[in-house]
Amino acid sequence: MILYLGRRLLGVVGVLIAIAAVTFTIFYVLPADPAAAACGKSCSADRLAAIRAHMGLDQPVWRQFADFVTGIFTGRTIGSGQYTLHCEFPCLGYSYENSQAVWDLLMDRLPVSASLAFGAAALWLGLGLSAGVTAALRKDTLADRVLMVGAVAAASLPVYFTSVLLIYGLIRATGLLPYPQYVPLGSDPVQWASNLLLPWLALAILYAAMYARQSRSSMIETMAEPYIRTARAKGLPRRTVVVKHGLRAGMTPVLTIFGMDLGGLLAGAVITESIFGLPGVGRLFYGALSSGDQPVILGVTLLAATFIVLANLAVDLLYAVVDPRVRY
Amino acid sequence: MAATLSSTSLPAGSGPWQLARAELRRRTSVKISLSVVALFVFMAAAAPLLSALGGWSPDEFDKSAVDPYLGGLPIGPFGGISADHWLGVEPVTGRDLFARVVHGAQVSLFIAFAATAIVVTAGTAAGVTAGYFGGRTDAVLSRLMDLTMSFPSLIFMIAMLSVAKDVNRILLMTVVIGLFGWPGIARVVRGQTLSLKHREYVDAARVAGAGPWRILSRDILPGVAGPVIAYTTLIIPGMIATEAALSYLGVGVRPPTPSWGQMIAESVAFYDTDPMYFILPSSCLFLTVLAFTLLGDALRDILDPRGSRI
Repeated sequence: MILYLGRRLLGVVGVLIAIAAVTFTIFYVLPADPAAAACGKSCSADRLAAIRAHMGLDQPVWRQFADFVTGIFTGRTIGSGQYTLHCEFPCLGYSYENSQAVWDLLMDRLPVSASLAFGAAALWLGLGLSAGVTAALRKDTLADRVLMVGAVAAASLPVYFTSVLLIYGLIRATGLLPYPQYVPLGSDPVQWASNLLLPWLALAILYAAMYARQSRSSMIETMAEPYIRTARAKGLPRRTVVVKHGLRAGMTPVLTIFGMDLGGLLAGAVITESIFGLPGVGRLFYGALSSGDQPVILGVTLLAATFIVLANLAVDLLYAVVDPRVRY
Repeated sequence: MAATLSSTSLPAGSGPWQLARAELRRRTSVKISLSVVALFVFMAAAAPLLSALGGWSPDEFDKSAVDPYLGGLPIGPFGGISADHWLGVEPVTGRDLFARVVHGAQVSLFIAFAATAIVVTAGTAAGVTAGYFGGRTDAVLSRLMDLTMSFPSLIFMIAMLSVAKDVNRILLMTVVIGLFGWPGIARVVRGQTLSLKHREYVDAARVAGAGPWRILSRDILPGVAGPVIAYTTLIIPGMIATEAALSYLGVGVRPPTPSWGQMIAESVAFYDTDPMYFILPSSCLFLTVLAFTLLGDALRDILDPRGSRI
């Protein structure tokens, strides 16, 4: 188990370095010179060269990348002469836009995105799995049809469409909910939840529909297994068979996609955050794009990749708990 | 939905494809979704023709159709529907919505289909190669699939599209969207190939002296065709939605070229003053995605009943 964990963690680091390399190449090699942008319109060649040296852009690309990666693990010193900055571990560089450390920017915004992701995930798991399992247990009945038609329709609605409907229905027309404004969980949990309820709903409707479809088909498959028949034949109550024997195996495929989805959302639901004006990582990313703030773009991409890879790892470890056949 | 292949009035000994076609014809959901898909594909293909028939080009302004005293809202009921403008007009500019919706269909569907083609071709090739040759080839390709799946794809697509120089946006979007989708189908095909490669008929071909190329194209590929077709239909709606999301965020096709996502983004500001403008592109997007999903579900039930999903 420990050996397996060690091997997997090494793999995680490898994948992240590979992703960083690809991202680095694309975003540092392709676009226009950030030094020229920082320097402004009337810029002397000397000053441009100085800025370039300060940003480390005069180095070859591989050198810049090596510096960047070492910076993440040990911190590094950026700049030269009197403008030296020491960027502490985990160093992701400084924003071109406002000279703040990218790591601090990310950590500032992360609570918002995490609140959005976890809240929505709780909602969609609850809704999606109960709908899916109900439909599976009542396969081919009217209830099943209705639930599945609803699910396939809801899964076809884009987030920005549902969001507008929700904003209209719950804010504009009825005034049931406030227009979302982020309130930290620590300062007022009730305000936190009531402000986030709308974005949670908007995200959860889409995902709940997908999870209902997925969990229905996997539950139907599981309930047809011989060991379920054995459990029934032993005379176990239906409830026990469904909950203890069926759900456990039936939910493993759902677990896999859940890891991916949650990991992807943690580093910012770009569309949802921008519709509801939530100051999360997704908004930070979107803002960085328009100003060409490459250190921030790279930072968000890496953060997102980290979450996806770690979520996958967590899912693989959870397999061993959920499915007794899996051993490491 | 587990398919119950009903024994219809087909003659005994019908081939698998004949059986599949008969089963498809039997289902109402397939009939409806196929007609919706056909309608939108026709709209997309005949877009210039249809907008010529409507009398307006998608970029043509019509100031007489909007009311300058009401902030440029369309004149007339339901967003300015009239004999002149069949589906009404855009607020402020007065551009004809019918022309924009059909041209938007062309852009949205073209990108979705072309990206799907890239994904399916690359995914099938990678999956068959990894599954059939195994060993080191499999290890390398499987790692590559894992790596691609670890990419935060939407964030990456947005970033790539926003830094890329202004070449052909439609082509660029196709490639960028296609870049991240292949591992899913590659895994399905790889698994299917693994289960096929030691079947008796494949071994027989090998013993008869067939080379790998011949075995792959004659024996393995037809065997994986069913799941691939079903899976292809099921990834099209995802591609349409991705294109719409990117255009919605403003990193997709550039104005004045219309696409559904971009039209929705522009119409959000008018959702309560001119709801038709918002509903029109949204419902096109919704119906297309829904129809492809239903069609894909049916195809999967019939062509891949055991479910070789990931």
